[in-house]
Amino acid sequence: MTASLIIQVAIGGLLMGLIYALVAAGLSLIFGLMNIVNFAHGELLMVAMYAALLLHDHLHVGLLLQLPIVAALLFGVGVAIYRGLISRALGVRFNSGMVQIFITFGLSIFLVGLAQFMFGSDFRTLNDGAISTATVAWGQIVLPVSQIAAGGVCLLAFAALALISRTEFGRALEATREDRDAVALIGIDRDHIFSLGWGIGAATVGIAGVMLASFYYIAPSVGTSFAVIAYITVALGGFGSLLGALVAGLVVGLVEALTALFIDPSLKEIGIFALYVLVLMVRPRGLFGRQ
Amino acid sequence: MTGAAAHTIETRRRTQLLVGAGLLVGLIILPVLIPSPYWRGLMVLVLLYAGLSQGWNVLGGYCGQISLGHALYFGLGAYTSTLLFTRLGIPPTIGLFAGGALGGAAALLVGWPCFRLSGHYYAIATLVFGLIGLLLVENWDWVGAAEGITIPFRQQSWIDLQFRIAVLPFDYAMLAYAALAWLVAWLVEGSRWGFYWRAVKDDSIASRSLGVRVFPSKMAAAAISGAITGVGGALYAQYIGFIDPPSTFGLSLSVLIALPAVVGGVGTLWGPLLGAAVLIPVQQISIAKLGGAAGGVDLMIYGGLILVLALVRPQGLISLFGIRGAAGDAVVENG
Amino acid sequence: MAEPLLDIRGVSKSFGGVAANVDISFTVTAGEILGLIGPNGAGKSSLFNSIAGEVKPDQGSIRLDGTVISGLGPVACAARGIGRTFQVVRSFDSMTLLENVMVGSFLRHRNTGTAMAKALDVIGFCGLAARADVPAHDLTPPEKRRLEVARALATEPRLLLLDEILTGLTPTEAQAGVDLIRAVRARGVTIIMVEHVMEVLLPLIDRAVVLNLGRKLCEGTPQSVVRNPDVIRAYLGDRFVA
Repeated sequence: MTASLIIQVAIGGLLMGLIYALVAAGLSLIFGLMNIVNFAHGELLMVAMYAALLLHDHLHVGLLLQLPIVAALLFGVGVAIYRGLISRALGVRFNSGMVQIFITFGLSIFLVGLAQFMFGSDFRTLNDGAISTATVAWGQIVLPVSQIAAGGVCLLAFAALALISRTEFGRALEATREDRDAVALIGIDRDHIFSLGWGIGAATVGIAGVMLASFYYIAPSVGTSFAVIAYITVALGGFGSLLGALVAGLVVGLVEALTALFIDPSLKEIGIFALYVLVLMVRPRGLFGRQ
Repeated sequence: MTGAAAHTIETRRRTQLLVGAGLLVGLIILPVLIPSPYWRGLMVLVLLYAGLSQGWNVLGGYCGQISLGHALYFGLGAYTSTLLFTRLGIPPTIGLFAGGALGGAAALLVGWPCFRLSGHYYAIATLVFGLIGLLLVENWDWVGAAEGITIPFRQQSWIDLQFRIAVLPFDYAMLAYAALAWLVAWLVEGSRWGFYWRAVKDDSIASRSLGVRVFPSKMAAAAISGAITGVGGALYAQYIGFIDPPSTFGLSLSVLIALPAVVGGVGTLWGPLLGAAVLIPVQQISIAKLGGAAGGVDLMIYGGLILVLALVRPQGLISLFGIRGAAGDAVVENG
Repeated sequence: MAEPLLDIRGVSKSFGGVAANVDISFTVTAGEILGLIGPNGAGKSSLFNSIAGEVKPDQGSIRLDGTVISGLGPVACAARGIGRTFQVVRSFDSMTLLENVMVGSFLRHRNTGTAMAKALDVIGFCGLAARADVPAHDLTPPEKRRLEVARALATEPRLLLLDEILTGLTPTEAQAGVDLIRAVRARGVTIIMVEHVMEVLLPLIDRAVVLNLGRKLCEGTPQSVVRNPDVIRAYLGDRFVA
């Protein structure tokens, strides 16, 4: 095992970690805002990947144009989920916590079924010519362009999220998260903020989905494993923390890649799980969560 | 005046027993009246999930700890009794107790770190522990790894829970299981533990001020819940005759174990049974009629049903009968 | 003099650098009703939580009947005979009133039948018999306050901590509350109460301890305490001191 192989695997892991981080950021944003875990989060990723595939296959839309279109589409999906389902769940008098969990579970099953119905269960790939196959070599370290591009776009998306949090809307988000009832008094429409929060959270996943689709397989069930990693990432980083999602995503990507390299590829998740259990023991609310 | 209140609780519990006994008699007769193996098979599954979900309900419903990792206890039960049978020849009727014990012990082990967590942190931690189990079994050659284990047919006997035509005997085996799970739930619901669990679910700070030891209460609920689930896993293994990691440790199984209670009425005695009686047939029939090659529609119906029921009947279907459940909100502590 | 039921010695507690209680000492004699008064932020709730075992004092000790109870935790305190209510009502909303109170009576009675009989007795005592089967969720706010008293009484406490149970009640309801508190004391339960409604509180209590800014300002009979210039200053500011 050469040093360059280890470095190559580590960089690959960090690049994948950026995607994990972005998926987790969307989840974390929604959780931080309204204390809801979206158990259909992986399926939003899946929807974004199919959207990218359809745009590419039928309309020959390139990657750069897929990004805004899919992000906008997912924004709409996020708002629709909030308006159609979540806002109703919030109004439920009994068991609202449990209702939220199982509504999003029901939605995830529904979306998997919908994808199966429309596209079948087969694995698809989006072959975007140069981007999907090109590699960059630096000495013995070889990395696919698509992953580097994905990592870069995810970083940009993080920067955008950080910027959003500094705008007036971002402050309204923060205020809503601090005190849900008080914001109504200062003229912030809670419902409006929540649906925008869902929109942005879903659009974030949309961007991750487009980038992922450029080098990963696409199938109705693809979301599950990413969702599980996103839950762990968010729990590691601390629910609601943007920085926590970024750091935890990178750590998860790295640990996963190194476990696969040093132990066994089929056990790559065990490294993440072990890390999670360890952090759970020491810091139950994650690395950057309010303890 | 005071006598009237005592009367109400005691009458309610007596009525529950009577209804339970009546239902039991009805369900003993039912498979005799439906000769179709298909419907008898459906009944096996309904009763299995009724029992499993009754077990989940002890922890998730009464005690309010929403576990998304119960497949771990199910899988442990299934693998324990199967391995005892295939490797040591110990009959599953004994093996299922070992499976239950291991399920309960695992629930304690998971509870130890997880009960310090609240709300969603707890739900996600249990989900991860379930997946850890899945991953380990998938990679453990001694237990068949990803290929699973096929249980060889030894002899037609109740001791081994093996039958040449398996459906009718399993109707009764699962009926016994569901009835026992129900009875355990009935007993604990009326006991000090049952009261303590509901109190912990509603408000743990207030419970402690009344002398309720919160952590041991949760652990007791976990042990009972895990044990019931483990026994169900052992029975399932004997019924199907084959186990593999996804069908016994998968995340979707964890959800499926929780769903009947959630749909039927969380924290209620009848919720799991009612939920299973509605959900399992819908799921199975839509798979049979609409699943397969084209696929997808079955999942859409199933997912859509969960979604709609959770929205429209948050207290569960049982509320249609005017029965109140544990209406407290355990997960989201809106602060 | 007989040993006090509750003996608080030099209790200090701070939260994140903010001192909630500083070197507080006083005793409570068995059978009395003690009022714990002071303006907002005086440290009354913090002290209550220390006595009930909810928080552990940084310094000092709290003894119940000569045994140190500080730091033992709320469960042990309940077992040793301290019952409490909460400033913001914490009823078990998915359970009926009777079931709420049974959670309390299960502390001394493991058997469900006995626990129920005990709970019904306490519910009757608190004047809630007709509401026993009503879900706590559907009780009125004054009924919920009584529920908390009944639930705490069902643990058969020697010392009962009442946190603003008369606040926000109409005069009629408050009077009913006062009668209930007197009846509780007549049962031999010692009471410490935090209350803002002075005109209701002062005739009810035997003795008052006044806190201000985390420190004990003074203690004594209700009459002497309200005439104390320090107390008037703490409540109303300097210009009202004669």
